[in-house]
Amino acid sequence: MPIVYYLYLSLALFCIGIVGVLTRRNAIIIFMCIEIMLNAVNLLLVAFSKMHPPKAGIDGQLFVFFIMVVAAAEVSVGLAIIVMMYRRIHSVDVNFLNRLKH
Amino acid sequence: MENVLQIVWLIPFLPLLGFLVNGLGRKYMPKAMVSIVGCGVILASFLMSIWVFIHVREGGGYVADYFNFIVVDKLKIPFALQVDELSSLFLMIITGVGFLIHVYSTAYMHEEKPEHFGRYFAYLNLFVFSMLLLVMGANYVIMFIGWEGVGLCSYLLIGYWFKNVAFNKAANKAFVMNRIGDLAFLIAIFWIIAKVGNANYADVIAFAKAGKFGASDITVITLLLFVGATGKSAQIPLYTWLPDAMAGPTPVSALIHAATMVTAGIYMIARSNALYSLSDLTMHVVTYVGLATAILAATIAVQQNDIKKVLAYSTVSQLGYMFMALGLGAYSAAVFHVMTHAFFKALLFLGSGSVIHAMSGEQDIRNMGGLGKKLKITSFTFLMGCIAIAGIPPFSGFFSKDAILLSAFEENKALYAVALLGALLTAFYMFRLFFITFTGKFRGTEDQAHHVHESPLSMTLPLIILAVLALAGGWVGIPEVFMKGGDKLSAFLSPVIPVKEGESPGHSTELALMAISTIAVLAVIAFSWFRFRGYQRKGEAQGLAKVLENKWYVDELYEKIIVKPLQQFGSFLNDVFERSVVDGLVNGVGRAVSYSSRQLRLLQSGQVGSYVLLMVLSMLLIFVLQFFLRK
Amino acid sequence: MIPVLLITIPLLAGLATFFIRDEKAARSWALLASLLTLGCAVAGITFLKGAANLEAHAQWLPALGAQFSVKLDGMGQLLCLLTAVSYPVIFLGTWKATYANAKNFFALMLLAQAGLMGVFLSMDALLFYFFWELALIPMYFLCSTWGGDKRIRVSFKFFIYTFLGSVLMLIGILYVYGMTKDQSFSINSFYNAGLSNAQQNKLFWLFFIAFAIKMPIFPFHTWQPDTYEQAPTATTMVLSGVMVKMGVFAVIRWLLPVLPLASYAWGDVVTTLAITGMIYASLIAIRQDDLKRLVAYSSIAHIGLMCAAIFSETESGMQGVMIQMFNHGINIIGLWLVVEMIERQFGTRKISELGGLAQKAPAMAILLVIVALANIALPLTNAFPGEFLMFNGIFSSTVTQYYLWFTVLGGLSIIFGAVYTLNMIRKVFYGESNALTAGAQDIRWNEQLALGVIVILILWLGVCPQTLLNTVQETAHSILNKADVLPYIRKH
Repeated sequence: MPIVYYLYLSLALFCIGIVGVLTRRNAIIIFMCIEIMLNAVNLLLVAFSKMHPPKAGIDGQLFVFFIMVVAAAEVSVGLAIIVMMYRRIHSVDVNFLNRLKH
Repeated sequence: MENVLQIVWLIPFLPLLGFLVNGLGRKYMPKAMVSIVGCGVILASFLMSIWVFIHVREGGGYVADYFNFIVVDKLKIPFALQVDELSSLFLMIITGVGFLIHVYSTAYMHEEKPEHFGRYFAYLNLFVFSMLLLVMGANYVIMFIGWEGVGLCSYLLIGYWFKNVAFNKAANKAFVMNRIGDLAFLIAIFWIIAKVGNANYADVIAFAKAGKFGASDITVITLLLFVGATGKSAQIPLYTWLPDAMAGPTPVSALIHAATMVTAGIYMIARSNALYSLSDLTMHVVTYVGLATAILAATIAVQQNDIKKVLAYSTVSQLGYMFMALGLGAYSAAVFHVMTHAFFKALLFLGSGSVIHAMSGEQDIRNMGGLGKKLKITSFTFLMGCIAIAGIPPFSGFFSKDAILLSAFEENKALYAVALLGALLTAFYMFRLFFITFTGKFRGTEDQAHHVHESPLSMTLPLIILAVLALAGGWVGIPEVFMKGGDKLSAFLSPVIPVKEGESPGHSTELALMAISTIAVLAVIAFSWFRFRGYQRKGEAQGLAKVLENKWYVDELYEKIIVKPLQQFGSFLNDVFERSVVDGLVNGVGRAVSYSSRQLRLLQSGQVGSYVLLMVLSMLLIFVLQFFLRK
Repeated sequence: MIPVLLITIPLLAGLATFFIRDEKAARSWALLASLLTLGCAVAGITFLKGAANLEAHAQWLPALGAQFSVKLDGMGQLLCLLTAVSYPVIFLGTWKATYANAKNFFALMLLAQAGLMGVFLSMDALLFYFFWELALIPMYFLCSTWGGDKRIRVSFKFFIYTFLGSVLMLIGILYVYGMTKDQSFSINSFYNAGLSNAQQNKLFWLFFIAFAIKMPIFPFHTWQPDTYEQAPTATTMVLSGVMVKMGVFAVIRWLLPVLPLASYAWGDVVTTLAITGMIYASLIAIRQDDLKRLVAYSSIAHIGLMCAAIFSETESGMQGVMIQMFNHGINIIGLWLVVEMIERQFGTRKISELGGLAQKAPAMAILLVIVALANIALPLTNAFPGEFLMFNGIFSSTVTQYYLWFTVLGGLSIIFGAVYTLNMIRKVFYGESNALTAGAQDIRWNEQLALGVIVILILWLGVCPQTLLNTVQETAHSILNKADVLPYIRKH
């Protein structure tokens, strides 16, 4: 398959992620959108790694694993924050999180 | 071998010692002790001055170098004292007259508390010290030290009765006006240093004689020095402080504001005669300023009613004569007049002090009259002073004034006529003063009439001595006309002040001039006798008399065009400019920062969405920019 | 050895003071430490005069090329002596003043002294900057903690103002550092940085604004009257007596020789500012009713003269400035002492409310009159030789063609100085006493002692200014040699 397909798919995923982050106020959805963006990048990395095996080796795929590990860690922390937030203000709307402004 | 004159430092040092003893011990020493110390040191200085004078007459001048006051790079200002013909003459006048006035003061100030009595003598001694430093300094900087020092003492003594606000204002005025002149003097010193390299008289005079000064330099230097002299010697335009200075105790007026300090300007110009002779312009300025002052002050004196004010304006006027003489190149005539003036003006002031003492502080001559009968010695000596100042032979004033008039005649006939007019005015106001005060009926209160008494011996003795000097003091300068080998004074001064060359107008002209002036003066005296012998108090003065009584409104003019605008400008700077403009700018910057930070803060909305949007947009912007910039 | 002691004694003593609970003990300890410092300073300029004693060098930040390098040269000796003399006098003169949390007060005062000493001794630009800030920070706390009613606002302004200057200076220092041939902060590398004319012209203002704020020069002066008015008097004495000299000193040591071409080029502008400031401040002083503000403005006028004399670049002007820094410090501390006594006794500084003090407090009056006369540079007081030399320097300057104007206009401040000083004396001390001043008491032993020391210095240095001049001769000469632009002009 030509590389462009992967590129388009990844771009689409990334844009969905961005638009989601920008438009939604629900923290969990924003969180999921961030995951989508991360995975879009992962997809790109794997695709390019496959495309240039002799030069790049498997560095790209290694990065993907790193990202997945970090994302997992981030998810645990992020979800914990969201849970705490829900307990406090009974909502997961990020627009309530503007206390620092005042 | 070291010159014996090396010891001249003692002359100024002794009064300084007296100042320290009296100043520090004023709380612990009885009045008698203060008097002994105060007068004793001056007497010692006087005796030393005579000794120095004799030495100088035999062996010439000497410069005693003690230590380096300031040495910077090539500029070297030694602390050196110089005694020569000119300064030794001044030394004798200062310490001699000073001693008499010190003695007089012991009685005059006797009612003061011991503490203030000590303070008074301390100041007086400090004054003599400064004045001696002024005339003994061997360079302009030491002269300047004494110059400012006498200004300080004058300030302290005018404001001696410090509870009186008006007196203090007069003291401030005197100091500030002197400072204006001092600034000019200081700049002249810088100018001299810039040209000559130092400020020693010997070097400066040698430099001038070698013709190394540029024409404009010498004019500016001499003019600046002259401005300095107008401050100290009360000439137009800086004369107004001197009449106000009469707020001080009368002996102070006699010593500082008549006999010594105010002649400092004359001394300075006589000392710099080598410079002045090089600039015709300056000489003219000095002549005409002197003449104008002489006439102006004389006209004011005619309408004054305060006994001391009359004498003060008379002093200003006489100083004007001296300056005129200086301007005409008759330096030794000016110095001669300084000497005779010191005698008769000190006499007059001390006499007026005796009158004021007798009248328990009354100074208005309209409230006096007929005092001649009760104050015999005072009135007699006062009369001697009046005759001397009016210029009747053979009194001292005649010779010195005649020398000045003669040089005016040589220069310009019109000048002579105006100067003669001034001399007549002098005779007029002095005898007006004398007749109103000492003849006629007593016009004071009962209390005063009861109290009037002749002063004690310690006051009258100085009067008598000064009267003798006022009579005979001029004989050292009897002109050639009367005596072969006369005019010893100019001969004596000739090493410092070269005798003017050129033909004299001839003995017959000289005698004719003397006759004219003497007859005119006698006529004026007669006129004032008829006018004032039966003086009665009149109402408010009108017309010209009122203008004269108000001193031509010069004080008011100065107040209006200089003092007030400066004060208003200061207020403007303080209240408006400083607060609004300078500080406003500074605070404005601060306010601008805090305002913009308040505006910028609004960007931080706290909305996560907007942050992300902003982030995405700026990332896009960077991408786009990079895309374009790369090309 | 001596310079290190001069810095470390107040530094360590200051740090130790933080732990002294008892107020009296803290006060005595501070006085003792300051006396010890004074002893060191006197030793440094008299019997331990050997060159080895007056220098110390050690590595500080070798990677950056910064050294701990201190040296006591002629000008440094004078200013260190001033710092050392002023502290005991200040402590003595304000012995009876009470402070909340006295230990902190004295500790901060001593720390400031360490900073001041460091500034006057550093031979390394980074070290100089370090001490410059070290002196500033305790001052901020002193003003903002123990000051008057408006202290917070005023000390904030003071701090921001001076700090702005410091930052500009730091930029300048780093720039010059980058241009040095051996990448070093040492003063000699700075002198030999070989900056081009264009570079110097830009750098000049970075440095000059910093120093102008400190001195202060018109129009950077508005922090000063406010701060002097609000700060506790002891602090004001340090500020006006010693700290403003930092600015003057820095111009002489770090501006003129480092940027000679720019100093030459901007000399007229700077002198004009300085002279304007002199007249401006004098005129304002004439209209002041507040004693502290009057003294503050008079100080601005005097500092203006010093600045103008520096830029005359003459031997006479330079030496005049150097001795005048010392003399002015002594005199103004004396003035503050009297102001402090008056304020403490009557609770007011308004000249119009006072009067007639000379009857009730003759000793105070006499001492004040002497100090005031020194303030207007009367001959035979210490300020006269300095002012004489400075004016002479301005007049004989060869680097400007307006020397006559500068002298005459600057000279006006001599007259104005007499006006406001004598008016102040007249209104406060002379005349009849009023209800407020009727019960006035004369000065106490500690004040007598402090003022006595000052008066003795005034008279002694007025008669023998040569003692000070001998000290600074060499420094002035070497600075002027470095600032000389004639060879450069001749080449181009």
